[in-house]
Amino acid sequence: MRLSYPTNVKIIRVPCTGKVDVLYLLKTFQSGADGVFVAACMEGDCHYLTGNLRARKRVEYAKKILDAVGIGGERLEMYNMSAADGPRFVKVANEMTERIKTLGPNPVKRFRVTNVQEKPCEEMCP
Amino acid sequence: MRGDVPMIIGSGKPIKDILAMIEGCTKILIIGCRGCVTVCSAGGEKEVGILASALTMARQQEGKPIEIKEMTLERQCDPEYLEQIRGVVDEYGAVVSIACGAGVQFVAEKYRKIPVFPGINTNFIGVTEEQGVWTERCQACGDCKLHLTGGICPIARCSKSLLNGPCGGSANGKCEVNPEVLCGWQLIYDRLKELGRLDLLEVIIPINDWSTSRDGGPRKIVREDLKL
Repeated sequence: MRLSYPTNVKIIRVPCTGKVDVLYLLKTFQSGADGVFVAACMEGDCHYLTGNLRARKRVEYAKKILDAVGIGGERLEMYNMSAADGPRFVKVANEMTERIKTLGPNPVKRFRVTNVQEKPCEEMCP
Repeated sequence: MRGDVPMIIGSGKPIKDILAMIEGCTKILIIGCRGCVTVCSAGGEKEVGILASALTMARQQEGKPIEIKEMTLERQCDPEYLEQIRGVVDEYGAVVSIACGAGVQFVAEKYRKIPVFPGINTNFIGVTEEQGVWTERCQACGDCKLHLTGGICPIARCSKSLLNGPCGGSANGKCEVNPEVLCGWQLIYDRLKELGRLDLLEVIIPINDWSTSRDGGPRKIVREDLKL
């Protein structure tokens, strides 16, 4: 298919979106990500049955925290797509990139300092 | 998480409230507790991480960065575990404890020169009905009557804490206070019927002596056999 998607989208692989934790999502923003989208399997198609359904609830919870701290929950989104559906991934990557461009950079970066407690991403993600 | 573990249930405070408490602090220590509040996902190690991350981001945006140390103690209601933060705590401008109210107060008592702020609200003594759902079971009245009421507490489960039967507000097994609340006395009746002990309803429970509850002031238990 050789589809291309924006180069600003960096992929962090997890075994299942059920592995995506609220803390992972927050740490991405704390580390300076401008936006995050969680690409999950179609609902009903989870190999672990409910991983993607749990991820959706955690994304909703993380959005509320992002709203509360002033980053804005709209920088985080959850999408369902089939692993075989490349065009949908590209569409979502473009859509999210456009949304984040409109929103501008992550406000946390405005006064960015090297934080003491910030853990490197490798430590957080498998 | 195992179901039906009686424990103290807490829930997070709004982040803006905590930000207001730590206004002006540049270094804080957030301490969680591995006891009850870990089980009810309000004040354990993970919640310490989430709160630290949220506060860090909120403060960075304001251009007032904050240094946060995260710690989680085995319990905050026992002095030996609180000793683990001695020496560490002095380096910080404030402590945010996300243990229950007892934990927060014990930290404040042991470390008198550092302000200690509550990061969660302590709600009740209850159980995990299912993952993510907690309900109240006990009010710590200090005079347990569960043997007379089929193991269902009239003090905690009846909105009016009535001791002898339901009030007129009981309808279809629900309480007049809130249609989602089950009538405690209906539950007691149903359970005693299942047990074949409806005769227990004829035992008149006398007027409650609330002196064993909060009406007697802060309570204290001393066990001479256990004292060192």
